[in-house]
Amino acid sequence: MNSPSTEPLTAQSRLNEIDRSMQWPTILLLLSAVVWLLTATAFALLASVKSTQPGFLAGCEWLTYGRVWAAYLNSMIYGWGGNALFGVGLWILARLCRRPVPLPGMLLIGAMFWNLAVTIGVGGIIIGDMTSIEWLEMPAYAVPLLAFSSIILGVWGILVVRYGRPGPVYVSQLYVLGALFWFPWIYLTAQIFLVYEPARGVVQAMANMWYVHNLLGLWLIPAGLGAAYYLIPKISGRPIHSYYLASLGFWSLALLTGWGGMRHLAGGPVPAWFVTLGIVASVAMALPIAIAAVNHNVTVFGRWDQVAASPALRFVVFGTISYTLASLIAIAMALRSVSEVAQFTLMVQGQTHHMIYAFFTMTMFGAIYFMMPRLLNQPWPSAKLVQTHFWCSTVGIIIMLVALYAGGWIQGWQMNMPTLDNYGNPVHLNFLSIVQNTMPWLHARTVSILILGLGHLALAANLLWMVALAILSCKKALCPSNSKLVPETAVS
Amino acid sequence: MKSLPIVFCGLFATLALSWAGILWQGQKQLGGLQPMSELYAIDPISNAARIESPQKDEPRHPEEPVGLAQQGKAQYISLGCVYCHTQQVRSQGRGADFERGWGNRQSVPRDYIRQERVLLGSSRTGPDLADFGQRIDSVNQLHAHLYNPQSEAPGSTMPPYAFLYQKRKIALNGEKSAGAIEFRDGFGPAEGYEIVPTRRAVALAAYLQSLKLDYSLPEARLPEKP
Ligand code: HEC
Repeated sequence: MNSPSTEPLTAQSRLNEIDRSMQWPTILLLLSAVVWLLTATAFALLASVKSTQPGFLAGCEWLTYGRVWAAYLNSMIYGWGGNALFGVGLWILARLCRRPVPLPGMLLIGAMFWNLAVTIGVGGIIIGDMTSIEWLEMPAYAVPLLAFSSIILGVWGILVVRYGRPGPVYVSQLYVLGALFWFPWIYLTAQIFLVYEPARGVVQAMANMWYVHNLLGLWLIPAGLGAAYYLIPKISGRPIHSYYLASLGFWSLALLTGWGGMRHLAGGPVPAWFVTLGIVASVAMALPIAIAAVNHNVTVFGRWDQVAASPALRFVVFGTISYTLASLIAIAMALRSVSEVAQFTLMVQGQTHHMIYAFFTMTMFGAIYFMMPRLLNQPWPSAKLVQTHFWCSTVGIIIMLVALYAGGWIQGWQMNMPTLDNYGNPVHLNFLSIVQNTMPWLHARTVSILILGLGHLALAANLLWMVALAILSCKKALCPSNSKLVPETAVS
Repeated sequence: MKSLPIVFCGLFATLALSWAGILWQGQKQLGGLQPMSELYAIDPISNAARIESPQKDEPRHPEEPVGLAQQGKAQYISLGCVYCHTQQVRSQGRGADFERGWGNRQSVPRDYIRQERVLLGSSRTGPDLADFGQRIDSVNQLHAHLYNPQSEAPGSTMPPYAFLYQKRKIALNGEKSAGAIEFRDGFGPAEGYEIVPTRRAVALAAYLQSLKLDYSLPEARLPEKP
């Protein structure tokens, strides 16, 4: 064997072996993620229609706006976000450990319990047991199982790392380990402070904002960044711009994120210094944000042909660019003069969706497009559907963000800033007019959800088709012995 | 991975800082707040407010919530009103909370100490409700609004909560029940029927009526009445 591809081929077959060793649990996580994504889209659509047509299905208590909205949030964050995070994150850990994983059964059990817990939780919200604590709406009876399964999955991740072949730490490992380690901690802390032993008065509100901010900043965001740090060099074949900066970025993010949530309480009934600290920390986030922007985007900059050629890379790069934009907007919205207007409006929702959807979700889509062919040894059946998904997502995101940011800014301005009447006296627009003025923007949001939903259907159809093909050609595809290898840089 | 223990120390320490700084410190600073009566003095040494002459009958603020209002709050929680309504009046000069008549003084931490669940909220699709109890004209109107918001606020996007009410045939003698709701013209039920609040609606209304910032605290005084 004197061909130059000998070395890559062994590395390749090792990766392949790793993929085989965790094939089914990972596929289960990714498939459940997509099922939850569709569920969340349906809830989002219903909630959005209800916010302009309050009479729509209003007679049914289970489908009242508040519950549908909470069900949407939870199926999006814990259902889609959680499954995608564990599926992608743990797979990345396994691959970076250079050895087939131990105990795949533990992973499977963790994945099943997680989904059971989210199902119980979302069902509980719909039947009226929700807590009305933001992002912690699931009733107390779903909590132990959710916490337990997150610990199982986290411990499994740590075992994989412990068990792995020695080698240098790659920054993706830091991000994924961080997400796995922090989640049970923030989740249990918040549950104790808010549900089991409710803290006195507004300490609850502080604990809630601390949790909400960390769930985004120390769970979903690190997972998305970790995936981007893994996939961008892998697909583009170019190393990350600077590894030193990457770990600096990680540790500064870890240090600063925890404080940022207090900015949401600006002007509210909490001591001012907490809020000030939150604002300072939010602005200081400029450092990790700039690092991520440099590392991700400079690595692919000028390589647009590659971005165009690989659907997976295209989704991931869309995600990382969105991360930079969403973070800059978050910094702007932390400033007191801006938050005076933006607080309590659709802008807050816009910024959250910018982060959760345009960054996290798009990055996870990219990861799914990369992983599935390697897990199943089966190329995506339809390139057209992948294209459809990408363009639906792009158009949907643009419409949604414009609607929420612009509509929210106008809403906040009219709610907080006086105009002068004919005699030069300051007057405030009456509340019902403000409500009416948000209508066109809310209609646009409904349209954007429809378009995004179309993209999700394209993904789901392609995925089902692919799994079906893989099962049909079972002997060939699923047996480790005669698997054909999918090269890492291949167009997936 | 050899450096795993070091990595975990780092992961632990970074989150522990904000955990201690926000939750622990917050608990220390705010966890001991006590209800206050209107009679208090400033302790010259600690510079904190003290009740001067604790008397038995003198009301302490905020007051203990009553049972019915508590049951109503459970409805408020279960129906998710918090996604559209905040319960916090921001300080004067920040936004237009005062100008909109949402309160005569800002909310302070002490206002919330008796609440088992604090529902500050983060979205104002609807008006702030921290001081709503003082804006109610009549309980009937409140029920009419909850039953069908369009009847009191045409063009409102608030969902109707008609499922909290019962539609009943009016008794043969033509007399309506005591609790039957009076609607504006065109919004009532069909001829011969009446709309009566269920226990849940009565409780919810009691909760909304109980939301009041009508007392002074050392750190937040109501403006002097002219
Ligand atoms: C979809 C958002 C939404 C939800 C959910 C919602 N509301 Fe509203 N609410 C509004 C809007 C918008 C208004 C202003 C227009 C109006 O008066 O109907 C309002 C007004 C009110 C008012 C009158 C406030 C005032 O100052 O006159 C009360 C009281 C109220 N809502 C109570 C509730 C209760 C109780 C619930 C839960 C059972 C609830 N709302 C759920 C949107 C909502």
